[in-house]
Amino acid sequence: MLLTRKAEFSASHICANPSLSDQENQAIYGANSNPNGHGHNYVLEVTIQGEPDPITGMVFDLRELKEILNQEVVEPMDHRFLNREVAPFDRVVPTTENVAREIWRRLEPRIDRANLRLHNVRLYETHDLYVDYGGES
Amino acid sequence: MTPEENRRLYGKCNNPYGHGHDYRLEVSVEGPVDSNGQIVDRLALDDFVERRIIDRMNHRNLNVDVPELDGGVPTTENLAAAIRRMLEPEWDLPARLTRIRVAETDRNIFELNCS
Repeated sequence: MLLTRKAEFSASHICANPSLSDQENQAIYGANSNPNGHGHNYVLEVTIQGEPDPITGMVFDLRELKEILNQEVVEPMDHRFLNREVAPFDRVVPTTENVAREIWRRLEPRIDRANLRLHNVRLYETHDLYVDYGGES
Repeated sequence: MTPEENRRLYGKCNNPYGHGHDYRLEVSVEGPVDSNGQIVDRLALDDFVERRIIDRMNHRNLNVDVPELDGGVPTTENLAAAIRRMLEPEWDLPARLTRIRVAETDRNIFELNCS
């Protein structure tokens, strides 16, 4: 069975690679490379795969999952400037792809237990654009 | 389990007076597109789900009114499994039932593949 929990956070970022020129960054990232940054209301959907415990009827304690998402993602990222305040985005460009991968990296050790696995991280940057990441390298 | 253990495990969901949700159910089917340009007749699908699930669960107390839950704890995990048991055996539509998805709230969603 798959269990999905949503969370939201708002954060700002600049998508620009410091090893490229402003012109090259503008060509690759467009308005996202604005050196003063810009923001998004990110929506995160975290999916866990497992079977309900025969005694409790639960795949994963929803309160605990909410707390894990708060601790690992919402508290460190909400209302933050990702490039300046949230590692590793001081050196990794915080594209939606890279933010999704970082969220996976933070959550996986907290979710990985007997008969359970983190199945997918879906991160919406806007209503129209999301990334799915399943731990592939 | 003792009342104290249940409170610890289920938190607010263990309120002895019960509580409700506006559940949303998604039923997914798969199959070839027929000569009417459809995978499945929408009315037939609506009618099947209405009869098998909605009529038997809507505005009911899941702890006592739905025999398929068998008096078990109506977590949404168990509810999703019960819905699958209520849909699969009598499924008579031409399209294959592939998946059900039950949203307890906008934020908590449970998904089960069907055989």
